[in-house]
Amino acid sequence: MSDLENGAARVRFYQTGTFTVGNRLIDPALRTVQAAPDRPNALTSGHRACQGCGQALGARYVLDAAMRATGGRLVTVNATGCLEVFTTASPESAWQVPWMHSVFGNAAPVAAGVAAALAVKGKQDIRVLAQGGDGGTADIGFGPLSGMFERNDDVLYVCYDNQGYMNTGVQRSSATPPTARTATTPALGAEPGNTFGQGKNLPALAMAHGIPYVATASVADLHDLEAKILRAIPMRGARYVHVDVPCPLGWGHAGDETIQVARLAVESGLFPLFEWQAGAITGRTQIRRRVPVDACLRLQRRFAHLFDGSEASRARLARLQGIADANIERFGLAAEETRS
Amino acid sequence: MKAHEPSDSAVTLDAGSSKVNHTGSWRTERPVYVDRLPPCNAACPAGEDIQGWLYRAEEGDYRGAWERLVVHNPFPAIMGRVCYHPCEGACNRAQLDEAVGIHSVERFLGDLAVSKGWALPAPPVGDAVGKRVLVVGAGPSGLAAAYHLRRLGHAVEIREAAPAAGGMMRYGIPKYRLPREVLDAEIARIIALGVTLRLSEKVDDIPKTMAQDGFDACFVAVGAQIGRRIEMPAPDAARIIDAVTLLAQAASGSGPIQLGRRVAVVGGGNTAIDAARVARRLGADDAMILYRRSWAEMPAHEEEVIEALDEGVTVRWLREVRRFAGPDRIVVEKMALDAERRPRPTGEFEELPVDTLILALGQSVDPTLFARVPGAKCESDGTVDVDGALMTGHPGIFAGGDLVPGERSVTVAVGHGKKAARHIDAYLRGADVADGTKHAPATFERINPWYYGDAPKTVAPMLARARRTAGFDEVHGGLDEASAAFEARRCLSCGNCFGCDNCYGVCPDNAVIKLGPGERYRVDLDFCKGCGLCAKECPCGAIQMVPEDV
Repeated sequence: MSDLENGAARVRFYQTGTFTVGNRLIDPALRTVQAAPDRPNALTSGHRACQGCGQALGARYVLDAAMRATGGRLVTVNATGCLEVFTTASPESAWQVPWMHSVFGNAAPVAAGVAAALAVKGKQDIRVLAQGGDGGTADIGFGPLSGMFERNDDVLYVCYDNQGYMNTGVQRSSATPPTARTATTPALGAEPGNTFGQGKNLPALAMAHGIPYVATASVADLHDLEAKILRAIPMRGARYVHVDVPCPLGWGHAGDETIQVARLAVESGLFPLFEWQAGAITGRTQIRRRVPVDACLRLQRRFAHLFDGSEASRARLARLQGIADANIERFGLAAEETRS
Repeated sequence: MKAHEPSDSAVTLDAGSSKVNHTGSWRTERPVYVDRLPPCNAACPAGEDIQGWLYRAEEGDYRGAWERLVVHNPFPAIMGRVCYHPCEGACNRAQLDEAVGIHSVERFLGDLAVSKGWALPAPPVGDAVGKRVLVVGAGPSGLAAAYHLRRLGHAVEIREAAPAAGGMMRYGIPKYRLPREVLDAEIARIIALGVTLRLSEKVDDIPKTMAQDGFDACFVAVGAQIGRRIEMPAPDAARIIDAVTLLAQAASGSGPIQLGRRVAVVGGGNTAIDAARVARRLGADDAMILYRRSWAEMPAHEEEVIEALDEGVTVRWLREVRRFAGPDRIVVEKMALDAERRPRPTGEFEELPVDTLILALGQSVDPTLFARVPGAKCESDGTVDVDGALMTGHPGIFAGGDLVPGERSVTVAVGHGKKAARHIDAYLRGADVADGTKHAPATFERINPWYYGDAPKTVAPMLARARRTAGFDEVHGGLDEASAAFEARRCLSCGNCFGCDNCYGVCPDNAVIKLGPGERYRVDLDFCKGCGLCAKECPCGAIQMVPEDV
């Protein structure tokens, strides 16, 4: 049978490609961290995140990969936000990793301080990861984060972007997309929802600082996300990874649609997946099955007003499509089926 | 995580784990792992667990795959060649790219088993039920019944009128579709289980034979072997032969068959196609099929027709043969289809030169056998009435295959053999057949197609090769091992967990527990909030959300 077995090994696995979490037919070393029976579960059960929370999922994906990459020698610093609130209702903690929380806006400088202290003690094998939501990153913590980038502190900063202040009641942040309805941008008037032309593109701002590594990732593409964390962890200096984490509460989709919404954001071009190193785009995840932005937006009640059939709504949809098309053009995402 | 040591420098609380917080209490729905019935399995007349054996073949466990296959069907090498694979017609993958080439993998497994000499699972010893079953007819149905009855612990004797076993697999299916060494090998494997096979022994009176030789039950599967004729004026010198006889003569190789140069075949079924292709092989330059309707109505399988056309067979559509105009000329009438697509005569005639006219108008059952079975009832066409257990009106006498009304194919016959065996066993034990409730169907709507990668262009030639063997033509040969594994791995595993770890990975609450290789998963209801991500992201639709009592 040995000749046959060798033959089987040569055949690539088309049943699921590399898109599922695990794959019983390939070498365990090639499977995702999440597929491992003994994965770290850096964020464990019993946390108070909503049903189908994309951020809870994204944080575990990121931190388990970081734990794998560092052999468990990892310190995390957390900004205020959903992630901190739902994991750490004192005196309980869902973290199974050394974890620190200070105040809303200063995760980046606290992490830089931890890294500096570890350097002083000669423990630079212990890696430092700072994490926050888009509020703590783009708004309240942006000044300190910019400083951390500018000093090129030895920290990997991960932003879980759920596009608003969700646990306080879904208020707009500078990462909320145009037209999205929030508590502070109601779907009323001549310009319903969040306005066009405002807000911050965080990955672009990170790249503008000229730090060593910037990447985007999505909970819809685990293989891609883990590869980026595994690549970023050993690098020295300031690194930034921006993860798209849909929020059933704030976006108004069903809890079981979290991954689907994230996937459609990637497939429509609304959320481009790329890597940037030393001043140039070095990696892009091309779109497998391109869809119009409607497919993604229609699942989210915060965009329901776009589908009222009016001329103005159609124009707004076209404008959002233009944003997606520009992303696809800029990052060269249009090729079909590049992985198998 | 270790709790903090008490400190006198700051007021701290010991950090406990969030695991004391049983968030499962939030749940209104719970995920339940289910097995659904894949469309291939549902479509298989022999009731094969196709998804089950493909799963093993994917891993390169060909022995395990074959063993899983022969639980239901002892003829993989034959099936892979002659079955019309309704499984592939039902395959969900066809909605993504192309159906999985199930028959190619089946044939590969069957040929591998023959070449390796793998034996069928041995019947139980010790637990002898002490019952003896007579099987009349050693065709696919009778052999399958004998195999299953033997495995259920019964003593089985097959009596076959012909000098060799196989029935229509030997005397109906041409060798270019089913080489006889394959047939012989798969039959020998059944006989090796301790089945008694008595050849050239025709049973004329079933109740008498059973009483004389002490049989407790009987399965009759003598097939439908009489080629139908048409009443038509023909000169004595005209050469007319029915297709069944022609195929049997060609198969037994008993002397040369003179068909002449120009042959016409009347009929539109697979037998007509076989007869025309055999005629070509016997030297007819001009083998023409006359069919009274159009291709759309033709009962023959399309791929068979195409292969016949490739081999130079011609078809004249909308032609009904009327009479001979001389020993080597026939008159045909042109037909036209009416609104219901039934053929209507047009009154237009043409003459065609023909050396031999072959009639492939269907086959009838010999009514004399069941005329001597008290209680048994037959249809007007001679087929035998059976109940849901395949039992005739005579208790203890069962019938299947072409002998009973319904679709006629080798695979249907094999399915009848299996079904009859289960019911005969129950009859002999005085028990009911455990009627396994069927799982709900695994429809395409339950598949999450995102997770199935498309085959890249580099492997397209391999794919094409798998497709091409659909012709059963031995000229094309079987799949090599790499292509067979490739085909098996295209299976979507519809409705049945294949261990992809998606549920384990996508749970935001770590509430899915991985039980180890092949052991699947379990939901930790202490922490499952019932979000449903696992069910939504399950590629094959093997998780169902079930409402909680709240």
